[in-house]
Amino acid sequence: MDVNLTLVIVCAALVGCGVYLLLERSLTRVLVGLVLLSNGVNIMFLVASGRAGTSPLVGSSDPEDMADPLPQALVLTAIVITLGTIAFLLAMAHRSWQINGNDDVQDDTEDAAIRKLAYDDATSDSYGLTTDGQHEDDPEEDGAV
Amino acid sequence: MSDTMNSLVPLPVLLPLLGAGAALMLSKRPQAQRAVTFGVLVAIVVIAAFLLVAADRHGPQVVWLGGWTDIGIALVADRLAALMLLVSAVVTLAVLAYSIGQGMTGDEAETPVSIYHPTFLVLVAGVSNAFLAGDLFNLFVSFEMLLFSSYVLLTLGGTATRIRAGTIYVVINVVSSMLFLVSLAAVYAAVGTLNMAQISQRVAELPDSVSLTLQLLLLVTFSIKAAVFPLSLWLPDSYPTAPAPVTAVFAGLLTKVGVYAIIRLQTLMFPDSPLTDLLLWVALATMLIGILGAIAQSDIKRMLSFTLVSHIGYMIFGIALATGAGLSGAIFYVAHHITIQTALFLVVGLIERRAGSTALLRLGGLARLAPVLGVLFFIPAMNLAGIPPLSGFLGKVGLLQAGLAEGSFAAIVLVAGGTLTSLLTLYAVAKTWALAFWRSPAQAHEMMRALPGEQDPAAEAGSATPHMVRHRGHVHVGSVAFGESDLDDARRVADDDSSDKDLYQLIQEDALPQHLPYWMTVPAAGLVAVSLAITVVAGPLFAYTDRAATDLLDGTPYLSAVLGEDAP
Repeated sequence: MDVNLTLVIVCAALVGCGVYLLLERSLTRVLVGLVLLSNGVNIMFLVASGRAGTSPLVGSSDPEDMADPLPQALVLTAIVITLGTIAFLLAMAHRSWQINGNDDVQDDTEDAAIRKLAYDDATSDSYGLTTDGQHEDDPEEDGAV
Repeated sequence: MSDTMNSLVPLPVLLPLLGAGAALMLSKRPQAQRAVTFGVLVAIVVIAAFLLVAADRHGPQVVWLGGWTDIGIALVADRLAALMLLVSAVVTLAVLAYSIGQGMTGDEAETPVSIYHPTFLVLVAGVSNAFLAGDLFNLFVSFEMLLFSSYVLLTLGGTATRIRAGTIYVVINVVSSMLFLVSLAAVYAAVGTLNMAQISQRVAELPDSVSLTLQLLLLVTFSIKAAVFPLSLWLPDSYPTAPAPVTAVFAGLLTKVGVYAIIRLQTLMFPDSPLTDLLLWVALATMLIGILGAIAQSDIKRMLSFTLVSHIGYMIFGIALATGAGLSGAIFYVAHHITIQTALFLVVGLIERRAGSTALLRLGGLARLAPVLGVLFFIPAMNLAGIPPLSGFLGKVGLLQAGLAEGSFAAIVLVAGGTLTSLLTLYAVAKTWALAFWRSPAQAHEMMRALPGEQDPAAEAGSATPHMVRHRGHVHVGSVAFGESDLDDARRVADDDSSDKDLYQLIQEDALPQHLPYWMTVPAAGLVAVSLAITVVAGPLFAYTDRAATDLLDGTPYLSAVLGEDAP
């Protein structure tokens, strides 16, 4: 199989830039990263399809000279799917901006709370609650029901 | 006979897609919309049952779409696929009934109700297609179908917490889709086909290094979907914020689709390279780290999300052994776990309805307040922990026996790890049970006030504007110093969907619904009954999964059904 070196280099550059941008906090940059990444991946399909050839129409030329049509069909499908995803992410970035005034990916507060407990070397919220002696024989036990 | 059964194969994908279109058109008429969705799902349950019988009696059912034999897209229903299809159809039906009972995920007034049903049907179509796909690219497309509808379902209503969780979920899954595309390009470049059966034949001719690269690429992709450690960290972050039925169906099905893909990858496409050691250690890490995470949580939904991750480890354990007993145990465990995890999340939705919160700190006395809820939670919780004679116990015994039969050092360690995980699961659910169901609400109220740094919420009601050390919305935790009130704020913000009052105060104010919503309880109870039924039919089911595992390890039934007579 012949491989086009230019395509490989372009693909690597796009994927590299895409991954770099993906690591950003801002959703808009993540979005741009995804666009680059998906274009890089699509070019990878062109690499996988081998040497360029004539159009793959039955009877138009010798099948040996034709380009492989399947990867192109796959790329088309991938492009459509990426388009939808990007549109959805844009909507989410916009919604995030509406709510928070920015489009940064937020931390999980529940996680933060548990990490803080670990940092303080404290026990978890629910640890030992039932074995807590002062509550064990609480006279109010049945009072509320 | 076989021909009519053949024509049933595409229906679990076609029907929900057509139904989604119909439901979208009927968005102005909720009654008709519900009827369409419900009817479609009932039909899929029936079809899946027929396919199960057909695949068991007559071997794998294959359909080449458009009649393009050997070059088109194949849909294959073998024993494994048919079983997964049936279990997922039953579970989605129960979840749909539950969400209809809930008044259409109506926990928020602004939720665009009319898109719920079509999206749900597309999700079902994607899941069915993933189980039936005989082609890697078709598998990719079905992943995209189910992911896309899951993006929409996860961010229903677009509230702040859901957008936050949704962002992480979407980005992670898009990255995994890109990785899948990379793997597809690599596979196509290496073997010139994406049909799984053809890949299986041609991969043997590749140099070892190439086929190992392809296998690892696909394995990483599927492991992200299946939430295998260390690729599982997104899951507990994103699942708990969605509406209860959505979380339930995600927890039950989406990760299992990833597990199913791993089974296909390991048995059909790369049968000669089981990667036993690697997968065994990964399974151990998934089990232990997942369950330790579950113990640290103070919210039932998050606790369950972590147990979900943890129990994926059992399935990977079975797959890693690559023996008939191991695979059979893994398949049984998948079927068991789909029903049990979905049932638990549905019950947690009921808890949220009845008691106004799922935070353990706020709950108490549910066993007296709502005894039915207690029973509905207790049975699947014990099942999850693996208490005899329930199906969770049987599945674990099957896996542990397979591990002992394998007998290598790693397998024995895994058997020990699996037992420990089971015990820790029991600890996690028992803690939930003790806190949420057994202590009285008054006790819970007292204890919450006694927590260091936690003031009486009633004393500062109204003035509770969370103010956090935040920089553009990030809570800074780690080596950086914390603000005074970070933790309290985090606790409060973490469930700002619910009110700030605990159960005791809500009871005092008489602010709770007096009864469990009947039409939500019935589907949840139905699913708990299904999980019990799995225990009852465990014998025949294990015999079936044994046959399925034999098929998978042998490979010939699948290959000759797809490729015709020229198969090896």
